[in-house]
Amino acid sequence: MQALLALEDGRIFHGRSIGDHSEAGAEVVFSTAMTGYQEVLTDPSYHGQFVVFTSPHIGNYGIHLGHGESDRPWAAGVILRDLAEIPSHPDSVESLRGFIRRHGLCGMTNVDTRALTLHLREHGAMRGFFTTQIEDREAAVAMARQVPSMAERNLVSEVTSGRPRSGMPSSNGRGPRIVLLDFGAKSSIEKELRRRGCPLASLPAGASVEEIESLRPDGIVLSNGPGDPETLLPLLDTIRHCIDRHPTLAICLGHQLAGLALGARIVKLRFGHHGSNHPVKDLRTGIVRVTAQNHNYAVDGDSLPAEAAVTHTSLNDGTVEGFVHGGRRLWSYQFHPEGAPGPHEALAIFDDFVLALAGGAGIGPA
Amino acid sequence: MAPRREEIRSVLVLGSGPIVIGQACEFDYSGTQAVKALRQDGCRVILVNSNPATIMTDPTLADATYVEPLDPDFVEQVIARERPDACLPTVGGQTAINLALALHDRGVWQHHGVRLLGASESALRLAEDRLAFQQAMRAAGCDLPRGALCRSVEEAERALAEFGLPAVIRPSFTLGGTGSGTAGSMEEFRRVVAGGLRASPVHEVLVEEGLIGWKEYELEVMRDCADQAVVICAIENLDPMGIHTGDSITVAPAMTLTDREYQEMRDEAFRVIRAVGVETGGSNIQFAVHPATRRRVVIEMNPRVSRSSALASKATGFPIAKIAALLALGYRLDEIPNDITKKTPASFEPTLDYVAVKIPRWNFEKFPETRPVLSTEMRSVGEAMAIGRTFREAVQKGLRSLEVGLSGFDPWERRGDLDSALAEPGPERLLVVAEALRRGLSVETIAHRTSIEPWFIHQIRMIVDLESQIAARTLPEMQGELLLHAKREGFSDARIAALIGATEEEVRRTRGVLGLHPVFHRIDTCAGEFESSTPYLYSTYETHDEAAPTSRRRVLILGGGPIRIGQGIEFDACACEAAMALRSEGIESILMNCNPETVSTDYDTSDRLYFDPLTLEDVLEVVRRELPDGVILQFGGQTPLKLARPLEDAGVPVLGTSADSIDLAEDRLRFGELARSLEIPIPDHGVAATPEEAVGLAQRIGFPVIVRPSYVLGGQRMICIHDESALQDYIRQSWPEGREHPLFLDRFLEGATEVDVDALCDGASVWIAGIQEHVEAAGIHSGDSTSALPAGGIPEGALRQIREYTLRIGTALRAVGILNIQFALKDERAYILEANPRASRTIPFVSKAIGLPLARLATRLLLGDRLEDLGLPAEPRPPRSFIKMPVFPFRRFPGADSVLGPEMRSTGEVMGIGPGFGAAFAKACLAAGIHLPLEGCVFLSVNNEDKPRLSEVAASLRALGFRLLATRGTAERLRESGIACEVVFKVNEGSPHIVDRIRAGEVAMVINTPLGRASFFDERAIRAGALERGIACITTLEGARAAIDGIRAIRGTILAVEPLQEIHGIGPSAAGEDENPPGKKGRRADRPWMGRIRPLMRGETSRSSTRHQGGT
Ligand SMILES: Nc1ncnc2c1ncn2[C@@H]1O[C@H](COP(=O)(O)OP(=O)(O)O)[C@@H](O)[C@H]1O
Ligand SMILES: Nc1ncnc2c1ncn2[C@@H]1O[C@H](COP(=O)(O)OP(=O)(O)O)[C@@H](O)[C@H]1O
Ligand SMILES: [Mg+2]
Ligand SMILES: [Mg+2]
Repeated sequence: MQALLALEDGRIFHGRSIGDHSEAGAEVVFSTAMTGYQEVLTDPSYHGQFVVFTSPHIGNYGIHLGHGESDRPWAAGVILRDLAEIPSHPDSVESLRGFIRRHGLCGMTNVDTRALTLHLREHGAMRGFFTTQIEDREAAVAMARQVPSMAERNLVSEVTSGRPRSGMPSSNGRGPRIVLLDFGAKSSIEKELRRRGCPLASLPAGASVEEIESLRPDGIVLSNGPGDPETLLPLLDTIRHCIDRHPTLAICLGHQLAGLALGARIVKLRFGHHGSNHPVKDLRTGIVRVTAQNHNYAVDGDSLPAEAAVTHTSLNDGTVEGFVHGGRRLWSYQFHPEGAPGPHEALAIFDDFVLALAGGAGIGPA
Repeated sequence: MAPRREEIRSVLVLGSGPIVIGQACEFDYSGTQAVKALRQDGCRVILVNSNPATIMTDPTLADATYVEPLDPDFVEQVIARERPDACLPTVGGQTAINLALALHDRGVWQHHGVRLLGASESALRLAEDRLAFQQAMRAAGCDLPRGALCRSVEEAERALAEFGLPAVIRPSFTLGGTGSGTAGSMEEFRRVVAGGLRASPVHEVLVEEGLIGWKEYELEVMRDCADQAVVICAIENLDPMGIHTGDSITVAPAMTLTDREYQEMRDEAFRVIRAVGVETGGSNIQFAVHPATRRRVVIEMNPRVSRSSALASKATGFPIAKIAALLALGYRLDEIPNDITKKTPASFEPTLDYVAVKIPRWNFEKFPETRPVLSTEMRSVGEAMAIGRTFREAVQKGLRSLEVGLSGFDPWERRGDLDSALAEPGPERLLVVAEALRRGLSVETIAHRTSIEPWFIHQIRMIVDLESQIAARTLPEMQGELLLHAKREGFSDARIAALIGATEEEVRRTRGVLGLHPVFHRIDTCAGEFESSTPYLYSTYETHDEAAPTSRRRVLILGGGPIRIGQGIEFDACACEAAMALRSEGIESILMNCNPETVSTDYDTSDRLYFDPLTLEDVLEVVRRELPDGVILQFGGQTPLKLARPLEDAGVPVLGTSADSIDLAEDRLRFGELARSLEIPIPDHGVAATPEEAVGLAQRIGFPVIVRPSYVLGGQRMICIHDESALQDYIRQSWPEGREHPLFLDRFLEGATEVDVDALCDGASVWIAGIQEHVEAAGIHSGDSTSALPAGGIPEGALRQIREYTLRIGTALRAVGILNIQFALKDERAYILEANPRASRTIPFVSKAIGLPLARLATRLLLGDRLEDLGLPAEPRPPRSFIKMPVFPFRRFPGADSVLGPEMRSTGEVMGIGPGFGAAFAKACLAAGIHLPLEGCVFLSVNNEDKPRLSEVAASLRALGFRLLATRGTAERLRESGIACEVVFKVNEGSPHIVDRIRAGEVAMVINTPLGRASFFDERAIRAGALERGIACITTLEGARAAIDGIRAIRGTILAVEPLQEIHGIGPSAAGEDENPPGKKGRRADRPWMGRIRPLMRGETSRSSTRHQGGT
């Protein structure tokens, strides 16, 4: 079936529909990761977004049990150049098309994704409307303009787990106890912490200070999540409390919230960083790591309080990719140390965090 | 840029020497990049490379260019003379690495205080030593194929018990994988092990778990001195393990790994590079992955840039060798800007939004003794890469880039059954897979039989399915949707035409009417995330064009496509020179080529680069987009020359010799007429359409005759035939049924001296750049013969004839640019053999011998300058003796006979420079790996024609103190002339016979001129024995005389080294740029080509003409 994507600025991109769903609107972003489409689609941070994969062949190795970053896809849709109809991998349990259909996602293949990417690069991420009613373009564009913007939606409330999930009492891990505030956490973050022996409880985004404290955490993790951090201002008090009281590791949206909690400003990037190849420099050691990233917003470094020191910057555009807070024990990263999809070399951040909690060490190099 | 090792001011760069299978043009690319990068950073660069056909040896690139043997003695001399601070051994392939290790063992680096950049001696050794490598890998937690070194069949069987069959057996210390093999049964296992033990000089084989059918991957990794590492590219082999990566169709990026699998492989690659201890630079790491269990093992690591890194550089736009050179100087990845985006640093990992497919090209037809089956030993001689938005588009472009007559997945029509073709991988395996799909085999069945990853087979099935849709239509029915779909899937016009029964021209016209043209995308390293300021482009049928042609004056240069025997790196060097010439003339250079190994496809070489097939369709589309002021065809060898006529017909302004003149030179009958009308002697010749005619013709012109099919793809199949029955045999075997194409016959001139002339022409006059004399007589292809400049042995009278004839031909053809002519001198008379109105194979060699950049000068002529404008000397005198010597790939082709003939089989060449012929010849031999003996025993065996002339050679050898060995007849003949000679048995006369003695190492040199068919067997065994022992085996008496001169030279003097810059008094030029080429004088203001512009592309109206008014 023919389909089109109408952008709010009037541009139209054509393709063929993959799923059954005939219409939806979302913000359109592009990801340059060449592997890991399953991880991307199931990452709650992509909630409310259409993901354009710049890599042309998607779906090649199918869908795998245990590769999801949550138990369902969150992206609103996928836009591809070339869908692999028949996956080729011994562990594949389903084709990408099957997955898209089963979950009722929008999907479009056979699209000139490079033209779309260049358009987004030039004009910034924007809202789009996907439809199989290809005759009325005008209407589609109008629909795109009606898609609520990120700033108008509280996406986190839609992705955060409804109830606390705790591994703490039963876990035989002897490591430090961690409470993870789930703004839409990727399961890899939990996995990395558990792998390091940490008993872990995951609390919904709106968890109260009491709920958190009742779990007697040794450390807090502020997770990644979707959308505009400034829609989450009501959460800041809790976050501030966590940061004040506990050693904290903040990732992606969690990092932006930590910044806000410290009084920093947030800036929206033109088209964000989405991919597995982003060079980030650790300003303390000078070492550059290739990192996985997925964000549309960034912390404005100049607005951070004096006690906070920017530790990481993007070598591509100089934006803040990490900071520590001197007085508090806060390690905050814009990129994804857990990779998934993406490189593993920042995994050491989890080691350092767990070590710091265990040994009570201060702010050291991550 | 920031800090670097300040103490490094001069760097020695080692090249890779002659082009051989497995070590080709890619090292000219990496070396050239390194030289340029080091120089731009302010280093004085000293280069040693024996290969004159490279662009890196252009004397304007390095500060001191030594075209000298890559041999420790010579390199040590260079070091002593130049005192470099450091040496970069990692851009010259295994040759440079081995050389660096040899120099280390001699203590040369330490003695002269030269430090090795990139990788330490221990890292280089570790990667090479299989046992040490395995230990290091195990220590780093890597899995490897299980295996053991074994010294007997019993030991091997015990080792095998640990993992079982299939097994791979590799003898230690044999060259080119001789004696290696795979075994699927115990019987086979014992046989291969026994054979391997025999083949190994140390009587040792590595028995390894056979990973036959596993998936093969390569990762290109870079590391800097701060231990920052990145993966530039992951390459997936379409062909499974068991087929050498060099012979595999490879795809970037990797297609069928999950993110977890890929990241784990990436982590492991970093562990490997760290464990081996590569400090800075690029490394290549090969992995095998079991298709079902996904077990992953490390196969090999190369601590240097490689063939795959060249491919990865072209596939991603990330210049690995250039960055490696800068990292070696102490820069860090994040201190080096990404060339393409300019704004982001090099410390990132390229991400692709297209697919690059490399397809190798083979020349099996030149070695009919070897079965064309692919194995663990590399045999391809070149490759093409194609880029498309999907694998399907890329692979179809790749097939037509190969220039083997394919327009895509053409039907596989070979006789023989499909089953065995599926089971036995050969050069046509892609076509075989497609054919199997057409015949209804399932993807699973094919995957099972070929071990090709099913994903790729599915992709091919999509192509085949579309094929049948297309075939069900006619051209008018196809218009619109389906045609666009087919183009998006990579179908060429020619392939569509074949499917629907139209002509290519008709399909093209239909496309034109529908306005269906490709757009051009940029290769930008970042999938569009950042703007690209580098026009590195490929065509694709999408919606958004990024070519952005400029309004400057611009000229398109067509490159030579994939390297094959007969069309090698020389042409790439010429294309690059042309680009440099345009640059210094202030004209924009646009290059088009599809060979990932070359310097011409470095986006740094030209102003704009199109990476696309060199077919008429693809060239026309680039021309349509660029509307160049002119197109240069004559530097790409035969490939673009074939396009001269159709391009001219399409209204494209071709610069240089006209299509008609090209045809006049190429069409042997027309050329014969021309020669006669110019009163130039030409061997009697004719053309035959039927066997009867052929026999009649041969009788008329007289045997022996040279026979050549008028139209054979991928090889010339020329042969010399001595009598009628041989001719009958040839007709039966080699002249295909149907005989659409006639056969050409020439009288073969026996014992004639062959001469190669290279000249520059401006349409009116001719300037001779060099007259080379071949050492071997005519009858041995000019590309396979050793040649000398100056031509010392040619009488003045003959030289006068040659000059006069060259002039006549050049004027008659109204040639513009380069003209190459081959003559045969017999009885003081010069016969013309052929004229090539294009750059010849010898242009780089001659340029280096006379110290003038011929291709650059020719470019000026193409632009409309006159010879007199160039300020050329009357006739250049080479200031030294220069020898060009070919190298051959016989070792790679078991059973291939090393005797030379009129069909070219060499893959590369070296140059020897000396004060006289002997010294130059001796150095050329050393560079080519031929060991001229200084003492010992020489075996002589010559044919009857040569016998009278043998005594002179024998006497010279005796006088030099050699002992002589000959079979009875020859020995008696020599004794009659009073020359002492020992008799040795022929093979059938009992033991120890001559082959035994060669094998036993008792013979230092073989002189064996072919006797003809009678004693074929003995001779072959003799030559094979010599090849095996690595001793000089000379197959012509002329060669023997030259060798004797060489031996005298080696004994008499120390062969000294001297850089080209000193030889020719060329001053240093500014880094990289050549603003001052020799012979540059006033250029014409009224260059005629500027007035020659015709409306481009007939049928294309307003757009092109307005553009042109604006553009020029
Ligand atoms: N154990 C093995 N089983 C099967 N094939 C192998 C094995 N080891 C190597 N090969 C094949 O042989 C080729 C050449 O081996 P490699 O070790 O890479 O040597 P080279 O130095 O020639 O590159 C590989 O590309 C691979 O296809
Ligand atoms: N009539 C001839 N007599 C002797 N040798 C010849 C003759 N014609 C060709 N040859 C030999 O064959 C070689 C190849 O022939 P040529 O016409 O130059 O073909 P190519 O186009 O491959 O260069 C020549 O270099 C020469 O050695
Ligand atoms: Mg290899
Ligand atoms: Mg020739």
